[in-house]
Amino acid sequence: MNKYIIRRLVQAIPTFFGITLLSYLIIVAAPGDPVSIMTFDPGIRPEVRERLALQMGVSDPWTVQYLRWLLGDDWMRWDSTGDGIADHAIIIPLDVNGDGEPEPPGNRLGILRGDFGRSFAFKEDALKLIVERLPATIELNIATLVVSLSIGITLGILAAVWRGGAFDNSTRVMAVVGDSVPLFWLGFIALMIFSAPLLNVLPMGGRCAPVRGGCPPIYERMEYLILPTVVVSLGGIAGWSRFMRASMLENITADYIRTAKAKGLSNRTVWFRHGMRNALIPAATFLGPVFFSLLGGSAITETVFTWPGVGRFLVQSLTRQDYPVIMASVVIASILTILGYLVSDILYAMFDPRVRF
Amino acid sequence: MSSQTQPAGVVKIDPAKHETLRTRSLWEKALYRIRRDRLTLVSITILVILALSSVFAPIITTYILQVDHTKPNLRNNYMPPGAAPGHILGTDEAGRDHLARLLYGGQVSLAIGFAAAFLSLAIGVSLGAIMGYFGGIIDDIMIWFITTLNSIPQLFLLLMINALLSPGPLSLILVLSFLGWTGTARLVRGETISLKEREYAVAARAIGASPWRIMFAHIVPNIFSLLIITLAGAIGGLILTESALSFLGFGIKPPTPSWGNMLSGGLDLLRRAPYLVIAPGLLITITVLCLYIIGDGLRDAFDPRIEDHVKMEEEEAL
Repeated sequence: MNKYIIRRLVQAIPTFFGITLLSYLIIVAAPGDPVSIMTFDPGIRPEVRERLALQMGVSDPWTVQYLRWLLGDDWMRWDSTGDGIADHAIIIPLDVNGDGEPEPPGNRLGILRGDFGRSFAFKEDALKLIVERLPATIELNIATLVVSLSIGITLGILAAVWRGGAFDNSTRVMAVVGDSVPLFWLGFIALMIFSAPLLNVLPMGGRCAPVRGGCPPIYERMEYLILPTVVVSLGGIAGWSRFMRASMLENITADYIRTAKAKGLSNRTVWFRHGMRNALIPAATFLGPVFFSLLGGSAITETVFTWPGVGRFLVQSLTRQDYPVIMASVVIASILTILGYLVSDILYAMFDPRVRF
Repeated sequence: MSSQTQPAGVVKIDPAKHETLRTRSLWEKALYRIRRDRLTLVSITILVILALSSVFAPIITTYILQVDHTKPNLRNNYMPPGAAPGHILGTDEAGRDHLARLLYGGQVSLAIGFAAAFLSLAIGVSLGAIMGYFGGIIDDIMIWFITTLNSIPQLFLLLMINALLSPGPLSLILVLSFLGWTGTARLVRGETISLKEREYAVAARAIGASPWRIMFAHIVPNIFSLLIITLAGAIGGLILTESALSFLGFGIKPPTPSWGNMLSGGLDLLRRAPYLVIAPGLLITITVLCLYIIGDGLRDAFDPRIEDHVKMEEEEAL
């Protein structure tokens, strides 16, 4: 088992480097000059611009820039004597601008050591800004996962038990419709009906009433969670109910079910003790992809419900072209996705004794 | 199914005719089943109507509605449906005819969905067949690439690319298809691995057919039905993706209308004029719903496990 976990972890390493390389290449390919974006000043003096460009290292080849972003540059140009002046350099020159004076030693640590750079807009550590917004996103995702799992699995099992009946048919219709509706649009309609203009029973969005010093504990602001959770869950319920129905029906034709029936067990025992348990196993593999789609979708739902999470922050940072934050949120979301897949694979291996390591 | 319960000799089947029925191709059977699947037929009809009215949007707006959907008319804005003569679904925030914009928006949304789905299918099929047929290091590298691509939340990736490149409709199609082929490639890869050992593939190899010929003349046609099923779902998914991107402001940019960016006014628009928000959302839902139902219908139609020889026999006799 441990061997299996270690092997899966090792397999995730090349994937991680692929992600960093891909997202870095996209940023490099983007039009626009990072110096003018950072300073927000189109009339910047050429000397200042040049100095900034040198400081940011944007004149280096992209491979060097990628290495700097990934691993930092404190090992590319460093000071071994302790006098504050760089005296050694590899990969990049000691004296970049050619004035005879060496440049100051590198101070970037690189993302592998948790340094995603400073946000252009907030002048703060990009990682810190993301981590501050992560709890809100995870809170909404867990609420959604709990609601869609419990309702979706129940519906799917019941639909399989009453196969071909009215309940089964209406569940299937609901599942297809739930897949086809753009959730952001549904969110608007729900907001219009339940909040300010019409019924006015639920808040307009946000995570809590605007107060200083963060939000109160979750049980004091449940009303803020209701609409986003319900709307986002609809897609999940559709997926899970269909998945569980298929999984149950696949299991119900298996030999052990026939044996159980032949032993004279009641229908209820056969379905729920024997059928359901085994039908739930493949659901574990589905957890990873679901986590992944929730994270991706958070950009939309968080924007609709003004939920202060990572997804909404990414959308705002994209409009501001705040590169360090964009990169940090993409890399962190990808790491979480890889972890999601990893956990679901391990869960599957643990639940299903047929999986060999 | 029923032949088992009936006593022998009751079903009267002409052996010669039965033999011809047995050899009916998968496609004939599928067509037969679809012709009898009312839900799928209704969906196809609705989709065709929507597509045709989008394709002929210029003719419809000029000669039937007699409106100009591009010219702003601020004195006439936010007209509810039926309030102003000539504007059946009212006018939007700039006083443009809503129905005409919906038709033109459908042109953009449907074109993006269909074109991106076909292009990503083509990429997925070619790469998947190559991966499955040759295997080895090509396969390893491609699998690594696919895993990497799939590990970044797709919407994040799309948002990032679109925000930085701010594409028009054409480049949006390219971006969507360059990111959307991985599922098809995996499917085709798996099928190719199992099909390349079949007798007909081995026979083709034995008479000296090139790998490309075996892949694209022998293997791919055999998974065509699978591809058609995925295509229907992919178009629906892409229309939803386009609408989400455009809504967030990173897809199709106004003034070009698409069903997604007509919703980008969002909540403010909803308060001011709910009808402007309801129509595009409904159209997206109906289109995607039809496509998913068609996909399900095709899956059933091509399912070789469903046998209805005898029923076809009876119908032919009538």
